[in-house]
Parts: sequence; C-alpha cells; structure tokens
Amino acid sequence: MKKVQFKSKYTQYIFLAPTLIIISIFLYLPIVQTFRDAFTTQDAFGFGRFFAGWDNFKFVLSDPSYLVALKFTFIYIFVITVISCSLGLLLAVQANKVIHGKSAYKTLLIWPYAIAPAVVGVTAQYFFSERFGILYALFNSLWGFDWTANIFDAYIYLFIAGSWKQISANFIFFLAGLQTIQKSVIEASLIDCRSSLRRFWTITFPLLMPTTFFLVIINITYGFFDTFGIIDTTTIGAPSGETKTLVYKAYIDGFRGLDLGAAGAQSIIMMLLVLIITIIQFRYIERRIHYN
Amino acid sequence: MINRLTQMFAHFILLLGVLLMVIPIWLAFTSSTHDNVTLITEGMQWYPGPLFIENYDEVLNEKGGFSEEITATGMLINSFIMGLGIATLKVIISMMAAYSLVYFRFRLATPIFWFIFITLLVPLEVRIFPSYKIVSDIGLTNSYTGLVLPLVASATAVFFFRQFYKSVPDELLESAKLDGANSWRFFIDFLVPLSKTMIAAMFIFMFVFGYSQYLWPLLMTTDEKYWTVVMGMKLIYVELYEGVSLPRVGQRFAYIILSIIPPVLIVVLLQRWFIKGLIQTEK
Repeated sequence: MKKVQFKSKYTQYIFLAPTLIIISIFLYLPIVQTFRDAFTTQDAFGFGRFFAGWDNFKFVLSDPSYLVALKFTFIYIFVITVISCSLGLLLAVQANKVIHGKSAYKTLLIWPYAIAPAVVGVTAQYFFSERFGILYALFNSLWGFDWTANIFDAYIYLFIAGSWKQISANFIFFLAGLQTIQKSVIEASLIDCRSSLRRFWTITFPLLMPTTFFLVIINITYGFFDTFGIIDTTTIGAPSGETKTLVYKAYIDGFRGLDLGAAGAQSIIMMLLVLIITIIQFRYIERRIHYN
Repeated sequence: MINRLTQMFAHFILLLGVLLMVIPIWLAFTSSTHDNVTLITEGMQWYPGPLFIENYDEVLNEKGGFSEEITATGMLINSFIMGLGIATLKVIISMMAAYSLVYFRFRLATPIFWFIFITLLVPLEVRIFPSYKIVSDIGLTNSYTGLVLPLVASATAVFFFRQFYKSVPDELLESAKLDGANSWRFFIDFLVPLSKTMIAAMFIFMFVFGYSQYLWPLLMTTDEKYWTVVMGMKLIYVELYEGVSLPRVGQRFAYIILSIIPPVLIVVLLQRWFIKGLIQTEK
C-alpha cells in the first residue's frame, strides 16, 4: 500500500458508492436469491417455500447428464487453453522477433479478438454444415466426419470454434508480456547461450510466467462462461447432450424445467468450482512465478 | 545466415497465423456477395460476387424478427449503445473505487476490498436467473438501463486500475499535497491524465465485452426494439427458413460481416493504446 494516503471521514465512501451500490443490487442480491433457491423447494403452484437441505444438490449431482456436462466442461477448458495459449505464444514470439512488417502482422493477428463468441459460432456453423461446410467436407473425406452422430467429431468442431478467436487474445497478451522484458536481459542471454530454443525456455519463458499465469485464468473463465454463445449457435449439445458445458446446461435446465432449486444448486456448484480455481491460482501457481 | 533462416521461419509462421485468422472471415465476406442459388448449389465462394450492394442493403434496411420491427441497422445501434454504456460506466466507477482503495487510509478498506473482489467469482452467467428476476422486479426489462447495469457490476476493471495506481510513485501524491491539492483535485488533475492509456485499454476491453454479450440480451429483451446484433444473429432470419423456399445464406453472411465491423474497427484503430495499457498493468 501507499506510504502517503489521504485521510477523510467520508470522501472515500463517495468514491466507492457507485460501485458498491451497483454490486449490492445486481450482484449480492441475486447471490442471496441463488442460495435461497438452492436450499429450498417450491410447491408446484408457487405458494409455499420449504427448506430442502441438500436435496437440490443431491438431485443435481445424481443426474448422470450433469456429470457428462462436468466432464465435457473440463475437457473443453483444458483443450482450448492448451491450443490457444501455445499458438498465441508461438505467434507472439515470432512477431517479436521479426524485423520487417511487425506492425502489419500485429494488426492482422489482433482483430479476431474483437469478434463475439456467438458470431464465431454462427460463422463456424457454416464451415461445419453438411451442405456448405468446407471443413465438414474436408474432414468427412478424411475420416467420415459427422458431428451430429459422433461425439469425437462434435468435440473437434467445438475445439476449433472455441479456440480460434482466443488465439488472438493470447497473442495480444503474450506480445505485451514480451515487450516488457528488458533489452539488457535479452542481450546478456545472447552472450551466454547460443541456442535460441534453449534461450527461450531458460530465459524468456520464465520471465513470461506472470503473463502465462494470467492468461491461463483468462482462458479458463472464457472456456467456462463465454463459450455459451458458441455452443448455443453450433452443436446445441449434439450428438445427444454430450457437448453441453455446465453453464449451458444450467441455463437450459432452468429455462425448460423452471426448477429454480436445481438451477440454484447448479449455480452454487459453479461458484465453488471458480473458487477452487482461484485458490489454486493464488496458492500453487503464483509461488512458481518469477516476477521481474 | 542463421539469422536469415530464423527471420524466414518467423515470417512463415506468422503468415500461417494470418491466413488462419483471415481466411474464415474472407470466405464469409466473399460469400456475402453472391446470390443464394449459387451459394446453395456450389457452397461458399472464394471470390467476391456481383451482389455486394443488394445483399448489404437488404440486411441493413429490411425489417426482420418475429414482429418485423427491427432492422440490422437498429440492432447495430443497440449493440453500440450497450457496448458504449458498459465501457463508459465501468471505467468511471472502477477508477473511482480503485482510487479510494489505494489512496485513502480507512478502517473498512480491507473488508470493502474483499466485498468487491469476491464478485470476480460470480460472473453474470452463474447468477443469470436471479439477476433476471431482480431486473424484471425493478421493471428494467426491455430497457437500455437493464441491458447495461447488471453487466457493470463486476470487479475486473477495479482490479486493473488498482494494480495501475499501486505502480504510480508515491512522490506524485507528496508533491501534489505540497501544491495544496485535495483528494478531488489530485484525482482529476493528476491521476486521471496519468491513466490515459490505461483508460483507453480498459475502455476497449469493456466495449468488446459489452458488445459481445449474447445470453443477457437474449433473456432480457422480449421487445424487438432492444435486440442487439449479436443476440439477434440466430433469430433474425428464423421465420424465413420456414416460409421462403431458399434459405437466405448470402444475407446471413452479410449480417455476420456487418456485426463484426464495429468492434474490430475499434480494436484495430486503437490497438496502440490497447497494447500500451496492457504493458502498464504488467508492472
């Protein structure tokens, strides 16, 4: 914290007020509501509300399709993170190295970041449609690709749609990270180590750890939450519910069944998952990072 | 020699990357300029066709949706309002909150810090039904306020501004105090001008975030006047698939291209500030 600070009776609260008011109404109130939903059941006519203990949670967790969605969510997040992080890093390193045309490459690689996931999904839908799809035709001729029937093929469809624009997001942050590494460090390493590949893994990559770490979290939250728009515009869970993420399933269940108890329980399980990810982030990964 | 090889390799990889990013959108663009018969019989097209003006004019000016009330132009305007509203509000209130947390000494600072930061755990998607219920209880469904406010409630921007303020040297405040600046003066005359690049970076970040919203407007807007371009993507030509014999593929591609243009322009035109801002937060 700062050594010199202001002291005032109330000014600090004036600065905080807008944030606190908006958060209380649109965030804490819904959270309280979620907890109330999760631990109660309503009768069919909406007259009464009864305390249900852990019943809603037991109901959700004993549903086999919930475990399918849980598994898919983890696979999806993992694959998207690996693909988009590694390709983003590869491109950023090359863009940082190149002497001519640096800014042209930068511009051409940055812009997909701005495209909304749902728009990516709608576009991907054409590349993977049986009638128009260039990628559908290509994969189909290679191994009989058909995402409406085959789970693995549906996965591939969503991996491609999900990682595409995220490569660009990772590229931006890695490039920014690379530019913060001081020239003197790079010059010193040039003298000490002749193999550029080894130089990268022993000097550059460790110095990029804060960026990598930040990006892993960004990618996890992207895979968890932002992919809703992609799934809703591409497979909609096809072949038969195997490609629903937890967020997508919670939404569909809540909407179709209007079972607010189950929807609330699903929300709380998701909050717990995000909490666990955050704790891992602070406890485990941050210890291994070199900060300059 | 080795140097030239690494340069060539770098160009090769970068070109592959550029192709990977450009080809899908190029194909969407070229296909948007063809007639539907060609598209349906021959698939997506690699070269521009003759119907550029016709297709785009149709999408921009023809009313779509279920009650035929909205055009893509209207939806683009709505998306713009949503993105702009979220970005502006979020930047302003987050700067203020971060300022208070970094530059004031008061007992409740730590609890309030946690009160704000715990919200990082609960994105809108997790609390979507209760949020909807509250917004509709207040009577904000089908309004710009309802589209914007619930998405402003998050801590990401507070976090970034807090990191940035912490990296500002203490001497700045010391000298400002010597000049007799109070907390308001210091914020407006010293800190805000100093945060310019950071503000630009956050603004772009939040604009893209707001513009890209899909689930929230889908749930919130039953009145087609408030449809945004991203949420309407799946809905706008729905009824035409049933009524008309030919699916309007060319128009759909034109719609996709139109919806991409505003945020991409903002990111490309302001990329210098965007990257600079990100470098500042790294410190």
